[in-house]
Amino acid sequence: MTVVFSAIKIVVVLGAILAAVTYLIYVERRISAFIQNRIGPNRVGPYGLLQPIADVLKLIVKEDVTPKLANKALHDLAPVISISIALVTFAVVPFGDRISLFGQEVKLQIADVNVGILYVLAFASLGVYGITLSGWSSNNKYSLLGGLRSSAQMISYELSMGLSVIGVVLIAGSLQLDKIVEAQYGWKWNILLQPVGCVIFTIAAFAETNRLPFDLPEAEPELVGGYHTEYSGLKFGLFFLAEYANLITASAIITVLYLGGWQFPYLQDFGLPELLVSIIGVVTFIVKVLCVLLFFVVIRWTLPRFRYDQLMNLGWKVMLPLSILNVLATGAGILLFR
Amino acid sequence: MRRNGQRIIHAKDLSPWQKLYIPEIVKGLRITISQIFKPKFTRQYPEERWEPPASFRGRPVLVEENDVERCVACGLCSRVCPALAIEVDASETEFTKERYPVKFEINMLRCIFCGMCEEVCPEEAIVMSKEYELTFTSQEEAIFGKEKLLMPAERLQDRLEFLRKQR
Repeated sequence: MTVVFSAIKIVVVLGAILAAVTYLIYVERRISAFIQNRIGPNRVGPYGLLQPIADVLKLIVKEDVTPKLANKALHDLAPVISISIALVTFAVVPFGDRISLFGQEVKLQIADVNVGILYVLAFASLGVYGITLSGWSSNNKYSLLGGLRSSAQMISYELSMGLSVIGVVLIAGSLQLDKIVEAQYGWKWNILLQPVGCVIFTIAAFAETNRLPFDLPEAEPELVGGYHTEYSGLKFGLFFLAEYANLITASAIITVLYLGGWQFPYLQDFGLPELLVSIIGVVTFIVKVLCVLLFFVVIRWTLPRFRYDQLMNLGWKVMLPLSILNVLATGAGILLFR
Repeated sequence: MRRNGQRIIHAKDLSPWQKLYIPEIVKGLRITISQIFKPKFTRQYPEERWEPPASFRGRPVLVEENDVERCVACGLCSRVCPALAIEVDASETEFTKERYPVKFEINMLRCIFCGMCEEVCPEEAIVMSKEYELTFTSQEEAIFGKEKLLMPAERLQDRLEFLRKQR
C-alpha cells in the first residue's frame, strides 16, 4: 500500500513540477515584459497561455546539433545529469502535513530521509557536474569558461549555504525537513528567528541556481550562451528545464527552511476538519513557493550581474564570515534562552 | 561630485547603511515593481498600425488623376535612379499631355526609397506613398508594373501638399 501511495505521490509531484516549469517560464517572460514596459507573449491562446506548449513543440522539432570535435558521450550525458539532479532534489521536500486517505495516514513528502537537508545540499552540489561537463565536452572556449565559472561559483557559495543552514538545524534539533517545518509552529518562522541566515541562504540559492545577479556561467554579453552555447533542440530544452526545476526546488527549500513550509499560523487551533487542514497546508506551501519565485523574477531585473572578482569577494569575504558568526550567535542564543 | 550632469558615487563615500546593500536592494525592488503598473509601449502590430507622417518615404507610386496617370514618360526618374530600379517605355496618346508610359516598372528589390525620382519629376507624377508593408515570395513578384504602381491622387493628398510646401 505504501508503495502505491509513493508511486502516486511521485507521479503527481513530477507532473506538477514539469507543468510548473513550463508555466514558470511563461510567467517570467510576462513579468519581465511588464517590468520593461512591454506586453510579452500574448498571441498563442488567450493571454498567451498556450505559449509554453508552443515553446516545447519548437524545442522538440528543432535539429539536435553536436559539434564535430565535441566529446559525443559526455555532450549527451551532461543535460541528463542536470535534469535528473534537478528533479531528484525535490523528493525530500515536504509539501504538506500528513493527510488521511482511505483510513491511512499519508505523509505529503515523497521520501522521508532522516538527513533531509544534507541530501538537498549534496544533490544541489552534484548539479555542477552537468554544467561543467557540458562546458568541457562542447569543445568551445565560451562553453568551457562558463563551465569553469559555474564550478568555482557553486563551490564558493555552497560553504556559506551549508553554514547558514546550521542555524536552522540548531533551532529545530533535527536534519529532517518535516521536523524543521514542525518546529516553525505559529509565527516561529525561521525568517524571524534567523534573519541573517535567511539572507545568506537566499543569496547562496541565487548563486546555486545561476539566477541573475549571479548568472556568470551563461553571462550572454561575454560568453555567448555560456555552457549551453553548443546545445540545441531537446538537449538545450533539458538544460532549460533543469534551470527552472532548480529554481522551483530552491524556492521550495527556502520556504521549508525559513518561511514555515506548510505552516499556516495557528491553523490547528481553529478546529477545522482534519482533511481541510491538510489541504490548506498544501495550498499555503504552494502560495509561499510562488511568492519566492516571483521574488526571484523581480530580483533578476533589479540587480546587474556581478563581476567575477566581486562574486568571489562576496562569497568568501562577506558571506562566509557572516554565516560563521550566525552559527555562533544562534548557538549562544540557544544556550541562553533554552 | 558631478560629471556630465550625473552624480558619481565612490564606494568609500557610502554610509554604513548603504554598505549593508539590503536596504538599497529593497529600494531597487520598489522601482522595479512600480514599473509593472506603468503604461506599456508595445504596439500590437497587425491590429494597431502606424500612420506615418507626410514626410515619410514609403514605396514610390504613380499619381492617377481622372483614371489616367500624370506621367508623360520623360524617363527622368529612370535616369536619376541611383539603384537603376525604374524602367520606362513611352508612347503617344490622344490626351493633351501627348505622351504616356506603355510600360512603367519599378523593381522593388532594387529600390532604396531615396525619393530622387519624386524630386526630379517635372509633372509631380511619381511620389513616395505612406505604404511600408512590402512582401514578395519571388523576384518576379517584386517587379511592380503599372497596375500595382497607380494610386488615385486623393489618397496622396498629404504627400502632395507636403511636396508643395517644400518647394
